[in-house]
Amino acid sequence: MNTAPLLEATGLSKAYGPTAALSGADFALRAGEVVAVMGPSGSGKSTLLHCLAGIVRPDAGTLAYDGRDITALSDTARSALRRTDFGFVFQFGQLVPELSCVENVALPLRLNGEKRKAAEARALEWLARLEVDDTAAKRPGEISGGQGQRVAVARALVSSPRVIFADEPTGALDSLNGERVMRLLTDASRDTGAAVVLVTHEARVAAWSDREVVVRDGSVRSSEWAA
Amino acid sequence: MNPRVWARDLALGARFAVTGGRSGVLRTLLTAAGVGFGVALLLLASSLPNMLFQREVRESARAPDASHRMIEEPGPGTFLHYTQYSSYRGAALSGLLLKPEGPGAAVPPGTDGVPAAGEMLVSPALGRLLGSPEGALLKERLPYEVVGTIGEPGLIGPNELRYVAHAPFLTTDNYDGRGLRYGWSVPEEPMNAFLLLLVVIAYVVLLLPVLVFIGTAARFGGEQRDRRLAALRLVGADNATTRRVAAGESLAGALLGLVVGAGLFLASRQFAGTVEIWDVNAFPSDVVPHTLLALLVLAVVPVSSVVVTLLALRGVAIEPLGVVRTSTPRRRRLWWRLLILAAGAALLVPAVGGIQVEDTGIDTFTIGAGTVLVLIGLTGLLPWLVEAAVKRLRGGPVSWQLAVRRLQLSSGTAARAVSGIVVAAAGAIALQMLFQAMEHTFTAETGHDTSRAQLQTSLDARDGADARRTIDRLAAVEGVTGVIGTVDSHVYRHGPLRPGEEFRPIAPFSVGDCASLREYAVLPSCADGDVFVVVPPKGATDAPDAPRIRETARPGALVTLRDPAETKGTVPEWRIPATARVVTARPDPVGLHRYGVLATPRAIGAAPLENPRSEVLVRLDPSLPDAPEVVRNAALEIDPTATVRGLSDTEQSSKFLSVRTGILVGSTLTMLLVAASLLVATLEQLRDRKRLLSSLVAFGTRRTTLGCSVLWQTAVPIALGLALAVAGGLGLGSVLLAMTGQRVHDWWVFLPVVGVGAALIAAVTLLSLPLLWRLMRADGLRTE
Amino acid sequence: MSIGHTLLGLLEAGPRHGYDLKRAFDERFGHDRPLHYGQVYSTMSRLLKNGLVVVEGIEPGGGPERKRYAITDAGVTDVADWLATPEKPEPYLQSTLYTKVVLALMTGRGAAELLDTQRAEHLRLMRELTRRKKDGDLADQLICDHALFHLEADLRWLELTAARLDRLAEEVRR
Repeated sequence: MNTAPLLEATGLSKAYGPTAALSGADFALRAGEVVAVMGPSGSGKSTLLHCLAGIVRPDAGTLAYDGRDITALSDTARSALRRTDFGFVFQFGQLVPELSCVENVALPLRLNGEKRKAAEARALEWLARLEVDDTAAKRPGEISGGQGQRVAVARALVSSPRVIFADEPTGALDSLNGERVMRLLTDASRDTGAAVVLVTHEARVAAWSDREVVVRDGSVRSSEWAA
Repeated sequence: MNPRVWARDLALGARFAVTGGRSGVLRTLLTAAGVGFGVALLLLASSLPNMLFQREVRESARAPDASHRMIEEPGPGTFLHYTQYSSYRGAALSGLLLKPEGPGAAVPPGTDGVPAAGEMLVSPALGRLLGSPEGALLKERLPYEVVGTIGEPGLIGPNELRYVAHAPFLTTDNYDGRGLRYGWSVPEEPMNAFLLLLVVIAYVVLLLPVLVFIGTAARFGGEQRDRRLAALRLVGADNATTRRVAAGESLAGALLGLVVGAGLFLASRQFAGTVEIWDVNAFPSDVVPHTLLALLVLAVVPVSSVVVTLLALRGVAIEPLGVVRTSTPRRRRLWWRLLILAAGAALLVPAVGGIQVEDTGIDTFTIGAGTVLVLIGLTGLLPWLVEAAVKRLRGGPVSWQLAVRRLQLSSGTAARAVSGIVVAAAGAIALQMLFQAMEHTFTAETGHDTSRAQLQTSLDARDGADARRTIDRLAAVEGVTGVIGTVDSHVYRHGPLRPGEEFRPIAPFSVGDCASLREYAVLPSCADGDVFVVVPPKGATDAPDAPRIRETARPGALVTLRDPAETKGTVPEWRIPATARVVTARPDPVGLHRYGVLATPRAIGAAPLENPRSEVLVRLDPSLPDAPEVVRNAALEIDPTATVRGLSDTEQSSKFLSVRTGILVGSTLTMLLVAASLLVATLEQLRDRKRLLSSLVAFGTRRTTLGCSVLWQTAVPIALGLALAVAGGLGLGSVLLAMTGQRVHDWWVFLPVVGVGAALIAAVTLLSLPLLWRLMRADGLRTE
Repeated sequence: MSIGHTLLGLLEAGPRHGYDLKRAFDERFGHDRPLHYGQVYSTMSRLLKNGLVVVEGIEPGGGPERKRYAITDAGVTDVADWLATPEKPEPYLQSTLYTKVVLALMTGRGAAELLDTQRAEHLRLMRELTRRKKDGDLADQLICDHALFHLEADLRWLELTAARLDRLAEEVRR
């Protein structure tokens, strides 16, 4: 088994104005594993996720993906990387309100240049897999929160990403819906071999991961390899 | 409808508008700016009638007057006067030549006193021109010494080129009249029909976008305002009160806008002198709005701001827990929109063919109402059209898909913001068509042929030889490549008066060389010594028919060169040779037909012609731009009372051009107003979707993709609006033209307007981009 | 509830008499159940036997309460090991965790690491339970949910406690 990390960060630092959100954080992610990133609010978990995903450029530190140093990549290149290799799930879904659910899920594929029909066909498959195929023609405003999050998960998985970044994916959901989303997310990622970086403050959500790291005051405190 | 309750709620709203935090104040200021702009335009439009009237007043105030009677004898206060009209490099020039006959001659308006012989007073603009290198040729033409300036009372406009000179050569032979004082009184004339129509359309075209702007501004959310309104509900205010408070906020903006508009109007007034439309160039004090129209503006704008706001909030539910925009749009009905359009057409169509431009009493109300209804109907069609068009759109790249879906979801907002463009563009197109037609009518009538000559002049002479010398002098002027010159006079029929005749019949008599004579008639052959009798061709309307001419001018007939009844002593006679041929006239370069006798110089010899004039048509060297001015100088040097005019009157078409430019500028400004509101709406929408945009960035959406989607989102409603405006404007224009009995000449007038619209699309998109780029940074994803 | 370790922790701050120890224990950890002198004697004897404490001095009057005890190096190590060792996740763990946190503060150690260690342990169990829940039948799900909720409650309480760090530090170092 290849134990070289898929995504590795060392010494990440990022400050927003006078406050340092991250100071010297290290992180490593192996292919296919689910890692929970925990910590109190204001600790910098989300900033860590943004840096790892290449959404935000860190002030200092290095970031390596699949062996390549991507710290100094241009905005366009990072955007392209996110389009092809990464998937995202946010706490409030952030589906485009005017597109139908199937169009929403097909969006990452279309951004990569796929033709509409093919993209929407694949999107429909994923919607079925996540048990929300009945929402295909509806708009996000017409479905429930739980359904919306599952559509968001489908959107994250549709382009077969290697890493999925989930920021409090169940934060706005009740326990049952939350559990459903986590079960489907972890199952699907395992099936496709995608690794998951899961930011959460809830232990029961973190329990779906393989291991957890704790972020406190901008740095990563504990990090263990799963036994 | 308790007025006290209304007053209280509106006042509360007005207070919020001013104290409601930064975004609230910004919104009020924005509304005020937009409304103020529109109000200023409206006030300017309503000043047009007065500006034109004042011109007439000024003209008549400085016209020499003889108290409606002919003054036979010179007196201590009389003066001879002659008004000289000319032009210099395309600019009109007019001058009053005076010769006081006594010490007490009246002082011309705008001056301190009559200048001494050989001196002149000039208008400021003329003074500047004469003092500059460009005026060198003009200085030659006016051989008077400049001793002072003419003040405002003596001028029509600040840029007028005018002079008042003491010309010692004026006599009772070459004057316009003998005067005692200055000034005719001018009754207030009712506006002519055409002008009235113009003002009405301009009003509607300007007012509607302002109202639409207010309506859009009423929906400028801003979470703060929504929260404030919801809070009002929470403390117990009912729905009606809350809406009135919101209306009060708009009212504050509108009232402020009135103040801003009045201020803008007063400020732009000062620049009235720098602009020349038609040939109207007005003093700031002449730019005064028509009272009724101004009052209309002052009343309509605030009232409509309240009404429009209340209407705009119809689809919004203000609940104690927040403001909810009703999400499911009702299906738009087509029928009532078409009904308005049809009603407007019904009012306009019956008037087709019934109005002459000279009419003053057209049923303004009907036409105004009809035009208003048509324009409102067009505006109302737009939301339906956008919805219907967008519904059918499919396919395309991601940016297109995003834009189309957005429009499908909320087509109403986009359409409303753009509907002002429909009105402005349609009105502009209709007006352009009207003016195109007028221009065509006017220029078609001149009938000049500039390929044969470019200038025409008529100079007095002492006798035939003098007249011939004048022609030769003109032919020798630098820049003249050829002249068509005749010495014109007339001959009388020989013999006693017939019973029933009051005056002896005469016939025109022209002497010229063969080359010149050929320009006037079709000559089979010509040699010096030939004489011809010219009759007009069949169907010519500007000359008597052949039989009448032949009474006096016949080959072999005897004619007298003076009127026997007026002449003492021998009456000079002359016989038209029997060998004179009868020929047919051809149109001369001015488009007229000569008739009577054409003779070569040897035929007439030194016979004493009565009051000979040199009639010269001049051909100029096109490579010398100042050739016309040199010719003018030469002609006026020979005879200061000569008139020189250019053929194919280009001044006329430049007047039309200035009006058309004015319309385009006016409609562009109005469309700018609309584009501004569209821009604000777009920016607000982007800000609302900050989180969504950030998440799209996370997915790796390219900047260009989102930028293009903003472009499509802007372009589609505007393009549809423009298409509607073009169709509606062309339709309205053709109906209006038909009403005044004219045809449509050029269907392509809509192109500049469409060009402006396209530019606006580009501008709104480009201006939205910086905000878009800024929002696309992932800061929007920060939740902690 | 390990009384021995608690008394050892109290001694780490400085030598105390027997009656002093009991008073201190009751004050902080006794709640409604004060410690018996008998328990103190037997526990101290055991600690003495294991070499984790020594007797420094005796007050006149006899009785174990009059003895002054002091902690040895071995004892210090023992306390350190105990604090660093996570507890087996069980319901009603709060009192032990609370004790540990307070002692850690009194002895100048950071409570953050303690919490992190405990969390890791909790999560290990929670992962097992989650795996069981996924593959199990309804009964399994119910039982696992029950345990998971309680475990999460522990951790949430731990988080809250860590957030109250400053106030606790004030109070304890008084």
